[in-house]
Amino acid sequence: MARRVLLIEDEPNIIEALSFILTRDGWTVHTHADGLTAAARVKAGSPEVVVLDAMLPGRSGFDILRDLRADPATAQVPVLMLTARGQEKDRELALRLGATEFMTKPFANAEVVAEVRRLAGG
Amino acid sequence: MSERQPERGPERGPERQPTGIRIRERRQERGLRQAELAASVGISPSYLNLIEHGRRRIGGKLLGDIARALDLDPAALGEGPDRGRLQALRAAVAGVAEIARIAPEMSRAQDFADRFPGWAALVSVQGTRIAALERRVTELSGRLSHDRGLAQALHRVLSGVTSIRATSSILVENPDLDRDWRDRFLRNILADSEGLAESSRALVRFLEAPESVAPEAASPREAAGAWLDARDHHLPEAEAGGMPDDLPEGPAGRIVLDWAARYAEDAAALPLAAFAGAAREEAHDPARLARRFRAPIDRVLRRLAALPAGQGHPATGLAICDASGTLLHLKALDGADLPRAGACPLWPLFEALAQPGRALRAHAALPGEDAPRFLCHAVASRREEPDWGRPPLVEATMLLTPAPPDPASPDPAPPNPAPDDRLVGPTCRLCPRDPCPARREPSILA
Repeated sequence: MARRVLLIEDEPNIIEALSFILTRDGWTVHTHADGLTAAARVKAGSPEVVVLDAMLPGRSGFDILRDLRADPATAQVPVLMLTARGQEKDRELALRLGATEFMTKPFANAEVVAEVRRLAGG
Repeated sequence: MSERQPERGPERGPERQPTGIRIRERRQERGLRQAELAASVGISPSYLNLIEHGRRRIGGKLLGDIARALDLDPAALGEGPDRGRLQALRAAVAGVAEIARIAPEMSRAQDFADRFPGWAALVSVQGTRIAALERRVTELSGRLSHDRGLAQALHRVLSGVTSIRATSSILVENPDLDRDWRDRFLRNILADSEGLAESSRALVRFLEAPESVAPEAASPREAAGAWLDARDHHLPEAEAGGMPDDLPEGPAGRIVLDWAARYAEDAAALPLAAFAGAAREEAHDPARLARRFRAPIDRVLRRLAALPAGQGHPATGLAICDASGTLLHLKALDGADLPRAGACPLWPLFEALAQPGRALRAHAALPGEDAPRFLCHAVASRREEPDWGRPPLVEATMLLTPAPPDPASPDPAPPNPAPDDRLVGPTCRLCPRDPCPARREPSILA
């Protein structure tokens, strides 16, 4: 059975590109673009890894991350945080809120695939 | 004629020279001999000689007598303007010196300013410019973090770049991609590049916006203060119930407008002609004026500060702060160091906040033997009518006037500070008082 990754991102072409490379790597990719309902989607879908954009409509990725870590059902889900801002304070905020890894846009496809694999335990 | 020979003052210090030099220059301009000027003010020529060479302190009545004998305003001989210049020089050096780990000879700042006035002015101007640029950097940095429009514009640009990079990589790394996928990704790249072009143009337009759109170098409150300073805080339009029509642009204009509206209310309650006459009759005593007009003291303080300079009215300064101590309004008075940020908490202005409704009258003295003293009247009052469940908005108002020398005092150089003076200072960084119960941080003058 293919492993599941949930991609929470609102840019359609980024969704398409990431979905393509992760699917080719053997992942079943689910996508979600709305910040307000993202945490519930994580809880319902039980993905092995979440790729979470920081800037989403409705609710920021940082707030979603805080929700995930506050809920025992999702507190341990590995989260790769994507942000368009590489400022140190954003990295610190993401890691303090419990992001497992942090990556700055624009990223290299191979790096994303490698990190998702690593977070899923190989 | 009896000679007045006060106690021997301190030896010439770095802040003594300018007054003596000014007296000598003015005396020579007027073709007076030392003996003539000395006789006219009741001191010996030798004592005048010591004063002119900065070896004796001078102040109070004697300074006033000499100024009158030389047909000058006493302020022109005092240290006021120099103190301001010196303070600006010290402030300019304060921040940079610490960062650069340089220890300039602050005790010789006055010497430097006297000997090289042009260079000193340049340092001061550079300090002001650096402060403005630092403020600008802080604002821009804050803007990058908090300006939603800019954050979204950057997000769009970076998202476009991310998408193009990811998609183009797929095309390059997967030469066996079937035609449908290839066409789809190429269309995505085209759409992203078009979006990126538009986002980039929008971002450039945003960053190249004129100053009226970008943050001002000065804060709106400073810009509003500068506008009021240029009018000496007297608004003829508001005296007549109108509003100025040359307001500054942007938030500063809003601040000026609010102030002008309040000014107009004050003027309607205490019309200029009646109030100015009464002020002279009551020796500008705020409490007496408040009783005479049955007006709140804070309104009287604002009206006294709005009286046109001269015409029998003393020079005035006015400071208004909210309950956090943030200065909302400032009419500066020569020599009174009351910065908008980091002001000395010992000023009666802040003391008034502790007891709203209680009128305070106190003399305040700045550091230094020849430093100016001020008569302060302060009161804190509610900014609006009380309402259930809402915390009271309190603001304090303080009127400053130069403390006049006691005409009954035989001492031409009375003690400064006087025993009951509030020992205030500029910001802690520039205040030499030590120890001081209100000190927040070490002084660079220590």
